[in-house]
Amino acid sequence: MSHPIDQAIPEVLPTRNVKPTPRPKRRGKPGGVPWYVYLMLILAVIVSVFPLYFMFVVASVGAQAVTSLPPRLYPGFNFFTVAQKVFDTVPFWASLFNSAFVSLTIAIISAILCAMAGFAFAKLKFPGNNVLFLIVLLTMTVPAQLSVIPQYLIISSLGWVDTLQAIIVPGLASAFGIFWMRQHMSTTVSDELIQAARIDGANSWQLFWGIAFPVVRPAAFVLGLITFTSVWNDFMWPFIVLKSPELFTVQIALKQLQANRSIDVALAMGGSFMATLPLLIVFFFVGRRMVSGIMDGAFKG
Amino acid sequence: MSTATAPSRRTERPARKDPANTTIRIRNSLTERIAPYAYIAPFFIIFLIFGLFPLLFTFYVSLFSWNPIGEQTFIGLANFERLFQDPRFWNAFVNTFGIFLLSTIPQLLLALGLAHLLNHARLKWANFFRMALLVPYITSVAATAIVFAQIFDKNFGLINWFLGLFGLPHINFLATNVSSWFLISAMVMWRWFGYNTLLYLAGLQSLPREVFEAASVDGASGWQQFRYITLPALRPIIVFTVIMSTIGGLQIFTEPLLVAPESGITCGAGRQCQTLALFLYEQGFGQFEFGYGSAIGVVLFVIVVVVSLINFFLSTRTRKAR
Repeated sequence: MSHPIDQAIPEVLPTRNVKPTPRPKRRGKPGGVPWYVYLMLILAVIVSVFPLYFMFVVASVGAQAVTSLPPRLYPGFNFFTVAQKVFDTVPFWASLFNSAFVSLTIAIISAILCAMAGFAFAKLKFPGNNVLFLIVLLTMTVPAQLSVIPQYLIISSLGWVDTLQAIIVPGLASAFGIFWMRQHMSTTVSDELIQAARIDGANSWQLFWGIAFPVVRPAAFVLGLITFTSVWNDFMWPFIVLKSPELFTVQIALKQLQANRSIDVALAMGGSFMATLPLLIVFFFVGRRMVSGIMDGAFKG
Repeated sequence: MSTATAPSRRTERPARKDPANTTIRIRNSLTERIAPYAYIAPFFIIFLIFGLFPLLFTFYVSLFSWNPIGEQTFIGLANFERLFQDPRFWNAFVNTFGIFLLSTIPQLLLALGLAHLLNHARLKWANFFRMALLVPYITSVAATAIVFAQIFDKNFGLINWFLGLFGLPHINFLATNVSSWFLISAMVMWRWFGYNTLLYLAGLQSLPREVFEAASVDGASGWQQFRYITLPALRPIIVFTVIMSTIGGLQIFTEPLLVAPESGITCGAGRQCQTLALFLYEQGFGQFEFGYGSAIGVVLFVIVVVVSLINFFLSTRTRKAR
């Protein structure tokens, strides 16, 4: 199953080329790729994509898709009927809007706040720099969930229960985001440039917006994407603080739909697909940047 | 990141000959000294109010019999005494660790293997594979729980249909603790294996090609290369992913809540798949026992600290041993 082009490159005809063929840019094992590598990767891809596909199958056929034997694995034409039922059962448009609003707000503001803090930690020396950064790192390892009860008490004493700011405001502080932006600031923003601008009389605010931020904008964009995804998908905290259905995010709406599972499976499956679709569309366009962003982050961390 | 970025310290010493330094000294005003703190202030203010304070407050509340609408009575460590004698707590504890082990170990091994495959130099469609592996990561836990509940359904699930083809009896995955661990772990694994694959792949790609070439020349087998080059080089990333999986594992909440909608917040009449996070929620927001719920939070915190310390010592010790 090895592709013919694989064998045509240097090993087979080494002498015909006067100049050596350019080395492949990607690093890895030299030589052709055995067929079983593709087989296993394709299997992994099928496993990755199948549950989403299956959601769509059930959502487009209707509940009878799951009761037929053998199970039906190809889509039907009822998607809009099922979608309509989802909209009739829960205020799904409102939920989509709430999710989009909350996720976008947090993604944008927190990317900027994290870039600012990352800039300070990477490029400005100040007393307490290291200790404060260590605190940021330590907060990454303690899950916020274990203190949900006091968090709820605080939110309720602020009068924020059943409001969207109960999700937005606490979500703006991201230790991971600061860590991420600091790594990018210290590797991509050159000290010479900062120093030169200092000599020209720039203050640190100008340094940040004029020099540092433009350089790290791609990294901030990827951070924004990751934040958007995780806020969109967050469940526990919105589930605790939101009470009225018109304020629910899509994930909480899914719980309502899932409660009807014994009556109509297609409803929850359709809702799940519709809740994932916006992210899938975004991912289709910027997925490559997300992949390389995650891989970059790992390498630097 | 040398002193070049720290004009404030430098310019305090006399350096009159250099005109550039005078400019810096003018700029080095009070506002410029405060500026760094202003940049990090938003994080720390929000973190203090919604992160650190609730954490400390958890310890405080755990010492009370605290009803949100009733009264608050100081009861010392009574919540903890009760907790350690509560079979529901130990059930949730065992479930959480069972799910953690079942999901993390196979997942990270699978991710290592896949990263190894993806690292082939002439792999075609490499970007397609990487993106496809990240699709589960963008799917929400709630959606994952819903679709997996269907795939593992006791009557019409694909898994049971498949088992039936071989004449095997249907499995009700939610019937017992261990079988429900498999179901929950399958969801966790599915959502994270691709992400971890990409992290390992990034680690593999940071290794210089020449190391492997030299090893081949010296006659090292593929396995030996993996064992003595790849694995040690990936150790920091492996430690990182293990810590992340542990912390993630302690937070498993949505999967057991949504997989069995009819059984509610206990995840089955016998609490077959109730995790610690779900038990905390049940006590706090189902029973309104804020004190008892906070005691569970304190135990979770202690587990996080212990696990982090173990990981820390393991990683520093192995580093020294090398």
